[in-house]
Amino acid sequence: MLKTQTAEPLVAPDVLERVLAKGRSTGAEFSEIYIEDKRSTSAGLDDGKVEQVTSGRDRGAGIRVVSGETTGFAHTSDLSERGLLAAAQAAALAAKQGDGGVHKVQLGDVLRHSVNTVKLSPDAVEKSRKVDLLKRVDAAARAVNASIVQVSAGYGDSRKRILIANSNGVFSADEQVRTLLRVSVVATGDGGMQTGYDSLGHTIGFEMFDENDVEELAIRAAKQAVTKLSARPAPSGAMPVVIKRGSGGVLFHEACGHGLEADLVGKSASVYRGKMGELVASPLVTLVDDGTMTAEWGAIGIDDEGHPSQRNTLIKDGVLTDYMWDYLRARKEGRAQSGNGRRQSYQHLPMVRMTNTFVLNGKEDPDDIVRATKQGVYIAKLGGGQVDTASGDFVFGMTEAYLIENGEITEPLRESNLIGNGPEVLKDIDLLGNDFAMGNPGTCGKDGQGVPVGDGQPTLRVRSLTIGGTAA
Amino acid sequence: MSVGVPELQKLADSVVEQAKPGEQVEAYVSRGGETSVRVYEGELEHFVSAQSEGVGIRIIKDGRTGFAYAGTLEPSAIAEVLAEARDNIQFGTVDQWAGLAESDGVAQIPQKFWDDELANYPTDKKIEITKELEKLTLAADSRVRAEQSNYEDGWAETAVSTTTGIRESGRGNSCYVSVATLADDGDEAQTGFGFSVGDSPKEFDLKKAAREAADRATRLLGATKPASKSVTIVLDPYVTSQFVSILSSALNGENLAKGRSLFADRLNEQVADPRFTLVDDPTNPLAYTATDIDGEGLAARRNILIENGVLKKFVHSSYSARRMNTKSTGNATRGGFSGGPGVGCLAMQVQPGSKTQAELIASIDDGVLIQDVAGMHSGVNTISGDFSTGASGIVIKNGTLGAPIREFTIASTLQKMLLNIIDLGNDIDWLPMRAVGLSLVICDVMMSGS
Repeated sequence: MLKTQTAEPLVAPDVLERVLAKGRSTGAEFSEIYIEDKRSTSAGLDDGKVEQVTSGRDRGAGIRVVSGETTGFAHTSDLSERGLLAAAQAAALAAKQGDGGVHKVQLGDVLRHSVNTVKLSPDAVEKSRKVDLLKRVDAAARAVNASIVQVSAGYGDSRKRILIANSNGVFSADEQVRTLLRVSVVATGDGGMQTGYDSLGHTIGFEMFDENDVEELAIRAAKQAVTKLSARPAPSGAMPVVIKRGSGGVLFHEACGHGLEADLVGKSASVYRGKMGELVASPLVTLVDDGTMTAEWGAIGIDDEGHPSQRNTLIKDGVLTDYMWDYLRARKEGRAQSGNGRRQSYQHLPMVRMTNTFVLNGKEDPDDIVRATKQGVYIAKLGGGQVDTASGDFVFGMTEAYLIENGEITEPLRESNLIGNGPEVLKDIDLLGNDFAMGNPGTCGKDGQGVPVGDGQPTLRVRSLTIGGTAA
Repeated sequence: MSVGVPELQKLADSVVEQAKPGEQVEAYVSRGGETSVRVYEGELEHFVSAQSEGVGIRIIKDGRTGFAYAGTLEPSAIAEVLAEARDNIQFGTVDQWAGLAESDGVAQIPQKFWDDELANYPTDKKIEITKELEKLTLAADSRVRAEQSNYEDGWAETAVSTTTGIRESGRGNSCYVSVATLADDGDEAQTGFGFSVGDSPKEFDLKKAAREAADRATRLLGATKPASKSVTIVLDPYVTSQFVSILSSALNGENLAKGRSLFADRLNEQVADPRFTLVDDPTNPLAYTATDIDGEGLAARRNILIENGVLKKFVHSSYSARRMNTKSTGNATRGGFSGGPGVGCLAMQVQPGSKTQAELIASIDDGVLIQDVAGMHSGVNTISGDFSTGASGIVIKNGTLGAPIREFTIASTLQKMLLNIIDLGNDIDWLPMRAVGLSLVICDVMMSGS
């Protein structure tokens, strides 16, 4: 079914003003309302069959009230004035008990700060065209090799309208569109089964498929599985590691990104606390978090506190230059927000989150980086990771990796985890390529909330990382 | 379920009644609420009070399936969801096994899921408990700081109705406290956590949660990176629980049907050491994930999956059972109103051995007690069986515990690890996870360090 969407605001400004005033009625100094209306479509193909097309609708408001160090929060799926006032009352009482008198909040014009352009809204595309993509992926993957025994593919799109207003007069709106395609492949051989995975995701509409070849995506995933059929066990122990462009941004996301989030720094739960202005990485490294990077998975016009997204340099030539900030942490430090206040949905409180996090280009030819490595591991694709921000210890999975022997990429390796310590690894980056690329779309989890993020880097070498394989 | 929710059941029924000829319709409706309290440095950091509701509708016609959901129970929205689900049917592929579950006559085993005391517990006391937990944690060790002290509770009511005659509704509530800790020693900081769960707050053991949170953070201070070598590992109950949970995917009948189980063609074969027996038993009220019905509304039941090391059974929903020409084992899973059912183990239990953890350790010359793992989601492939995960723990030398170690990995394959189980502890711990915890000894695992 095709739907026409109205452009009228999710809730009228005068209602918002009354709800925000209610939020301050017990004497709290700050109230905020976040309203979301999201429509999504997903389709899954598995075992050669389109199993199910799902349509989803999520709509509601989260109301936050801050009094001193205490935040009260309530959410509701009832967007009537009565429903919103009841939620505001609950949030106000949760933050502070008492009578704070009558408050008046006045909102001006809505701020829109668009960084993405959508040419073909997913709502305007027939579902049959979405399903056809999955069939093409399935056919292309299976055609790669007779050893491909199973293919699973997923399509998803979402269109989320958000409106944020607070008692300081912030009044912002954004429309966030995301389109995603993923494919998983199983290949079987004498040594058992192996898997391949790839995905494509952007903050644009269905035009994503004019600009990207879905067959190519399927073939990449299939070849990854087939290659691993002849893989040998990954080595065990510390060695030089070369990470292909666009496949290792998650390293920086885990190794230092989380540690640069001001909420963790504020509670001294980060190894990077108190290190501002110090050399925390190899001088080759300049690390940026950029919510304005058009079409990338973490690109947002405004953050979920209504602040326009921006480009923030976190590490410049190895020196720590800034952390990432949301409203509460910035207020505490008496500084500006950085556009990093994000939340999973109206049912969640915002906190400091990354957007698109990446390392800028260096000078080396990527081929020279491999040639300069006598013995080590070449990682063509990383899986998910995890970090303990206090110690800096992190792990992540290598889903496609090869041995480097005498400066050449040789045999494929079976999957394993890598382990390292963030601050040490940042200093251990000794070669940085000139071939920057963004990686696959990701979902970053923190404190039980998932938000879409992007990452990227040029080909680079880490002098020493521990590979957690089984070969001695 | 034990306590019905007539109002929601009626709502689900009213959707099912709108089925057109030839349609199978399933309506799943739920609503719930949660309270979340967080304390930091003696002050209330946040207080969240929230309610949510939603409906998911699945329609199957001529072998094709459509699904839609909405996060509201407004009548107009429900009508829209029904229309969307119906519209989505046309895009599915015909699947001869598609269909809803039908009652199989297996009786439900009643359990208690609702606690009136929790339902009426005063807000002030929830905040008080959270502050008390932080205080106890700080008192447990002078090197320890508390990053956050939390109280969480939630309640949910659900109802499912189908055109195949399934009508089930029920409600439940639960609560827990947790504390995240940091321990400092000069430049070094390590983290820990502790938790306690109960039917109501009066069952919390705050002292134990505080003690564990302090121990977890301090035990790794001064830890070093070990050299790489092959070792025998003892998994702490908390780690064993995570290890056992990942086996669920290989025992999943739908994965079997689709060629994604590493146990394919191994039924009635030796897949683990004879000392290893694994049961899925959601009818055991001691299990944190105990339930009386599965995600399709069939009675939950006890299934022996691996007996004395021999693979006995895969778990099934009605769909995977139809495909494999067998019967549902009552193992449909469901993540809420926004998706249809899947397949999985519900409450996994390993048959315990006879020794305490101390006795197990005393029998090992050269090994490592693994107290925590990281990256189970990224380093374990349940299709190929490749296993590699970050770890931290304590060296075992000549039967006694030595120095702490960290920043290393342990690696093997799932197939090999199951066969290399050489002993099990008697220290069953009913952790708030999908699988029970106990100490598990596995030999010949590769440890990668410096």
